[in-house]
Amino acid sequence: MHDELVGWVAMLRLALRRDRVLLTAWVIGLAATAGFSASATVTLYPTEASRIEAAETINASAAVVALYGRIYDPASLGAVSMIKLTALGAAIVGIVMLFMAVRHTRAEEEPGRLELLSGGRLGRLAPLTAAFVLVAASCLLLGVLTGLANTAAGLPLGGSMAFGLGWAATGLVYGTVGLVTAQLATTARAARGLGLIVIAVTYALRAVGDLAEPGPSFLSWLSPIGWNQQIRAYAGDRWWVLLLPLALTAVLVPTAYALRSRRDLGAGLREDRPGPATGRLGTAPGLAWRLQSRVLLAWAIAFVAFPALLGSLAGSVENLVNSPSMKAFFEAIGGTAGLIEVFLGAEIAIMAAIAAAYGISAAERMRSEEVEGRVEPVLATRVTRIRWATSHYAIAIVGSAGLMVLAGVFTGITASLSVGDGNLFGKVVLAALAQIPAVWVVTSLVMLAFGWLPRATVAVWGLLVAFVMVGEFGSLWKLPEWVMNLSPLRHAPTLPVTSSGVAPVAWLTVAAVVLSVLGYLGWRRRDLTG
Amino acid sequence: MSAVIEISGMVKKFGATVALDGLDLTVEQGEVHGFLGPNGAGKTTTLRVLLGTVRADAGSARVLGLDPWKDVAELHARLAFVPGDVALWPSLTGGEVIDLLGRLQGGHDPKRRADLLERFDLDPTKRSRSYSKGNRQKVALVAALATDADLFLLDEPTSGLDPLMEETFREYVRDLRKDGRTVLLSSHILSEAEALSDTISIIREGRIVESGTLASLRHLQRLTISAETEHELHGITDIPGLHEVVLDDRHLRCSVEPSHLAELLSHLTAAGVVTLESHPPTLEDLFLSHYGVSADPEVSDRA
Repeated sequence: MHDELVGWVAMLRLALRRDRVLLTAWVIGLAATAGFSASATVTLYPTEASRIEAAETINASAAVVALYGRIYDPASLGAVSMIKLTALGAAIVGIVMLFMAVRHTRAEEEPGRLELLSGGRLGRLAPLTAAFVLVAASCLLLGVLTGLANTAAGLPLGGSMAFGLGWAATGLVYGTVGLVTAQLATTARAARGLGLIVIAVTYALRAVGDLAEPGPSFLSWLSPIGWNQQIRAYAGDRWWVLLLPLALTAVLVPTAYALRSRRDLGAGLREDRPGPATGRLGTAPGLAWRLQSRVLLAWAIAFVAFPALLGSLAGSVENLVNSPSMKAFFEAIGGTAGLIEVFLGAEIAIMAAIAAAYGISAAERMRSEEVEGRVEPVLATRVTRIRWATSHYAIAIVGSAGLMVLAGVFTGITASLSVGDGNLFGKVVLAALAQIPAVWVVTSLVMLAFGWLPRATVAVWGLLVAFVMVGEFGSLWKLPEWVMNLSPLRHAPTLPVTSSGVAPVAWLTVAAVVLSVLGYLGWRRRDLTG
Repeated sequence: MSAVIEISGMVKKFGATVALDGLDLTVEQGEVHGFLGPNGAGKTTTLRVLLGTVRADAGSARVLGLDPWKDVAELHARLAFVPGDVALWPSLTGGEVIDLLGRLQGGHDPKRRADLLERFDLDPTKRSRSYSKGNRQKVALVAALATDADLFLLDEPTSGLDPLMEETFREYVRDLRKDGRTVLLSSHILSEAEALSDTISIIREGRIVESGTLASLRHLQRLTISAETEHELHGITDIPGLHEVVLDDRHLRCSVEPSHLAELLSHLTAAGVVTLESHPPTLEDLFLSHYGVSADPEVSDRA
């Protein structure tokens, strides 16, 4: 065993050297997000009465409960201020740690860089060990810093540490999930994809579990994100719940080690089988479709399952409004029918942000093909630059729009069935279609960057995170209006879409076209780079 | 004969780095042109300009009478390219990649494709991710050589091939020449270019420093001789055309111009030669003897 681990310290140093900026930025950024949200809430709800009113409104709104979870102590300032960061925040921490784990395992192995190092004195399990230590240390650092940030913002120390360590434990679970998927898949792309599916499914499990009356049901307890909520930081600080993610980690880490010990360097779990000796592929669009279709299919399945699930919850929205004073409040603002529309509108907006993530990843294929040297052989044939770029970009544009159509149709079907209102279907589909131009604007930013600043193409992911953060926290942080207006997602009309939505849909479409054309112009005139 | 490739005064900068510094290159119809230079001299950049994947800052280039930047589709229907560093799509098989590139270029001759696969001993059913460097190189070679192109741009095509496959490759290049195709063959190995080329251009730090037929470059072909004799050697230094002579009693090391080789040999025979070794010059020797610099620019900076 000892021989297999030789060199892990050197690997860890290499990882720290490569990630010093990225890692610092994520840890400080996430801890600061929690701290700022805490201090903003302190000024937003100065009295206990105002907090209880806000908490009861949140608990009564199915859209909010499905997305963020419940507030378990309406009187607790901490529980109210961290509501958006408990489930959603833990999921983001999970994604960061998942990507970090894959980045230092499969993503190093795939292009052969690990092979270069294996010639030296490096044990077979050293890279895995270094990645695990890196993830675990990052989680712990993030947890403690977050706890301190929240304490500094004026929240109690005990609850803040419970909250921070909850994030740390959730990050640890999904980071180790990444270590396992990195052993199963042969490409980093597939390893990340598998991990994201795990995160999405566990997020959905707790969404359904939290909506049950009186929540949470056992489904919430099947999800590491649900565990993080059940620690109930600032609302009882149930420290023992932290044992659940630690126990799961204690199972996942040996699993990853066992899988790694049983396979060769570069191999996945399955052996490669021989394929066809001749191919039918013969066009650039055919090649792009071959490279991208499986991924799109996986996204399409997700865009049928999640919208259908969330739509089916629409009927239970009214049940959450149980106190007479809440009923009176909602009837005053337009009745519970309005409440259902708010729920569905919020769900569609979330699906639009996720569809934008698909658009970015599909369009970024252009850049990854270029970096990996697979564009040059194609461009050395009769295929022109425009035709090649379009073969991938069309999949990003049509694919992301198609996903929104699926989201609209399947939310519409299950929502109209569960509420018993056939008119809802058309409204929901229209709302989903109205989001498409905003999704396109985000996607076209990839084309723009690819044309003019190819090395910055990956930064569009950062912009998407920023757009989502502005949408979630912009008002809480009292950002100026013009800053919040920078997010294309903010301009898409929401349910119910009326004639006033025509103008933003039109100009968002124009913006997407202009950005794309600019991107093409840059791509046509620039050098290929590595 | 008309020129298939005409480059004059080509300049290309990447930031502060000057990759091409006033490069002139002419390749005539039907010739195999060896494009020689050490690593980092600008060979790949030149090929990229010819392919239109990189745009020159100054100078002009015509390939088959067309503009390599503007007339991409028309030009590329008539040329085939093998990159120096072959990257393939991991999930596609070698056969699928060959057919894809062939169709994108304008079509393969199936008989030629089958023949190439057999001669290069390549299994087309394997996934690209499991190919070794040499096998990836073979995939690119088969894809290019199975086409009916007029011009072949080959960037260090034999890197990663074993000697047997290198010989197979050479036979194909000779066939191309017999068919009247034009080949631009970049390499950093002098002997490889010598074995195949009619004409040679040598590039160093973004400029062509020598260009011409093999015969006209004979002056570059000094042999390195090392010999041991029974008796002491006399009068060696009087022989013209001898360079870098190191004489230590009965051991001789020197380089000699081919025209004076006979004279040197008669001296050695007279002294009772016991061992004799001769090497063709390496590119490194060539740079050292003719330009007084190392082929590696970093070394020459220090010199």
